[in-house]
Amino acid sequence: MSDGHHEELGFWRKYVFSTDHKVIGIQYSVTGLAFLFFGFCLMMLMRWQLAYPNQPIPLIGGLFGDARAPGGIMLPDFYNELGAMHGTIMVFLGVVPLAVGGFGNLILPLQIGAADMAFPKLNMLSYWSLFLGGVTMFGSFFLEGGAAQSGWTSYAPLSNIAPSGQTAWLIGMIFLITSSLLGSVNFIVTTIQLRAQGLSFFRLPFFCWAQFVTAFLLLLAFPPLEAAGVLQLMDRLADTSFFMPDGLVISGEALDISGGGSPLLWQHLFWFLAHPEVYVLILPAMGIVAEVIANNTRKPLWGYRAMVYSVIFLGFMSFIVWAHHMFITGMGTAMATFFQTTTMIISIPSVIILTALLLSLWGGSIRFNTPMLFALAFLPMFGIGGLTGLPLGLAAPDIALHDTYYVIGHFHYVVAPGTIFALFAGVYYWYPKATGRKMSETLGKLHFWPSLIFMNGIFFPMLIQGLNGVSRRLADGGATYDFAGAVGPLNRMQSWSAWGLALAQIPFIINFFMSLRAGEKVGDNPWDATTLEWAAPSPPPHGNFTTEPVVYRGPYEYSVPGAENDFTPQTQEG
Amino acid sequence: MLIPHIVKPRPDTGLNNGKLGIWLFLASEVMLFGALFATYLMLRMGSNDWPLGTKYLDPMWAAINTIVLITSSVTMVMAWAMSAKRNFAKFRLFMLLTVGLGFVFMIIKYIEYSAKFDHHYYPSTHVFLAIYFTLTGLHGLHVLGGMVVNGYLALFGKKHYEQDPEWFTNRVEHSGLFWHFVDLVWIFLFPILYLL
Repeated sequence: MSDGHHEELGFWRKYVFSTDHKVIGIQYSVTGLAFLFFGFCLMMLMRWQLAYPNQPIPLIGGLFGDARAPGGIMLPDFYNELGAMHGTIMVFLGVVPLAVGGFGNLILPLQIGAADMAFPKLNMLSYWSLFLGGVTMFGSFFLEGGAAQSGWTSYAPLSNIAPSGQTAWLIGMIFLITSSLLGSVNFIVTTIQLRAQGLSFFRLPFFCWAQFVTAFLLLLAFPPLEAAGVLQLMDRLADTSFFMPDGLVISGEALDISGGGSPLLWQHLFWFLAHPEVYVLILPAMGIVAEVIANNTRKPLWGYRAMVYSVIFLGFMSFIVWAHHMFITGMGTAMATFFQTTTMIISIPSVIILTALLLSLWGGSIRFNTPMLFALAFLPMFGIGGLTGLPLGLAAPDIALHDTYYVIGHFHYVVAPGTIFALFAGVYYWYPKATGRKMSETLGKLHFWPSLIFMNGIFFPMLIQGLNGVSRRLADGGATYDFAGAVGPLNRMQSWSAWGLALAQIPFIINFFMSLRAGEKVGDNPWDATTLEWAAPSPPPHGNFTTEPVVYRGPYEYSVPGAENDFTPQTQEG
Repeated sequence: MLIPHIVKPRPDTGLNNGKLGIWLFLASEVMLFGALFATYLMLRMGSNDWPLGTKYLDPMWAAINTIVLITSSVTMVMAWAMSAKRNFAKFRLFMLLTVGLGFVFMIIKYIEYSAKFDHHYYPSTHVFLAIYFTLTGLHGLHVLGGMVVNGYLALFGKKHYEQDPEWFTNRVEHSGLFWHFVDLVWIFLFPILYLL
């Protein structure tokens, strides 16, 4: 809140329990990056089992104990544990904290010319709530029976009867949901209330719009999952039957429960969150790409208003498409027809945004620096991810494709070479603002090119495997199934690509830490950009701006005819 | 560093930060209880032995509780009005009355819950009781949360009131909005669980 004092804060208040949005943003970013790496490690273990089924894991196989990997050979339960936690960690502890908590906190207040977020203490609370959620999730690996094993979707009744790791998963999720709720209230209030003088809504950079809509999705879509989490906790701890149908028999024994519940209910509540969640993952990425593209093409975004209307429409529609994840559950053809129609409609605004970004390149004198390379790669990668989603959104083809590797290929194209590339673009682009130094271009390119190749090496074969009918949940990658035989060898290509991708991150890690000390020192506006964050010093002091910014123009006035420079900052009068 | 619009509304939006914040929070609460009401509907439509509420529950206690909560909403508004009129003593009186009525609500809830357990009606007995305990339990937690905030404002608010009565009155208003919301949730819970 508003304490007018200026005395120096101690280490703990300044860097750990800080209320400064920039420190919290960096805390979120580092936490997100660390969990992305951890989730990636879980996946690399799974990839060994897929490429070399039932062969001992080399070097580290002995570390997992007899309960998980006797003799270094991965048991199916361990594979399930890795799979469930890979999904959970990547989505809720990796991408969302980095895209929303990290970039949102760090950049949004700067871009709207605010001194801080509207509720700084709430901001701190939301980071520490996320932290507790992360600790709970991470700690659940050490419980008896291991961490959650029922997939990141935790479908009931399987999850109801799973070992205690599932309870930890639910409690962890409740922390994460609380964190998101507090954060989203904060983002919306900040955007509406703390915009600088002259910064009307249609002068907001697209990144702010993307974060603004994302915050509404988090605010309104997460509570139903919280409700579902409470219900599943009741099922597990108080023996209720919310998700348990009548007459359930497990291992030949009838369960001693009242029954009368509905397993489909979980799926409805879960996907009511988890579909908007997909847009929570992608919208901030689109926002970052829009900023980087406008800056490096040196011209205004093509169709800024159409993009803004699209992102708002996308936000609304994302609440009524959830059951396209449930076409084969037997919910009925009337429901399926409704949801495939809304799904086709929601693809329109996504295509508008992507097309606008693509057309923005037309006629620009493009600067191919590292952030721009990642932003450019985002366009075709997200394009593949989006277009491969269309057959899944239609009920008839989905019958064949549901739960195959095609689905995995599809949504990984959206979030891995899609969103994560955009996040890398954001890291390279805003690093000078956060630290006052640029990251190395050479190492950046050494990071980009192998990453692009290996990402496709991992995910494109998945589409082929899926079209051949390989199920996504086989702990041996389909080795025991004849029909998977022809596409089985692709598993090795994917696994080697995954391990290659890990090596390709080494230049990034070196770059990220080395540049803190050795990076080229830069001024306030190293990219010659127009938006408000570049009007603040690098790194911005407590309170951000040296003079209160006043905005006179739109966000992307690049190469204005007759202007002095090829960029006209929003703060420039006249 | 001073964050603007904490006390005075921003001219073009007509809102102060806290008020917008509490409304957004309530929107998320609507989605939370909305999901649980949807759960109730789906379970009920899928059930072939859904009981009338009176089979397990006693509408008498719930009716009394409804009156208690509605009265507490009135005292809540009075508390806010007294703070707005800069009469702290009367504010404190009405606020403590509000908290007291919340306390009465919780005691009646306790009597109800004990009666269920005495009859061996547990959440695991029937899916109706499961949703009953979940909905009323979560609602009870919200009542408790409101009582804590209101109690804090009544007992420890004097210093803040003296420093900045307008800011303090805003806080009372925001806490009141939450309290009315909790009241409203009960107005829905009462018929669907006890009467229909």
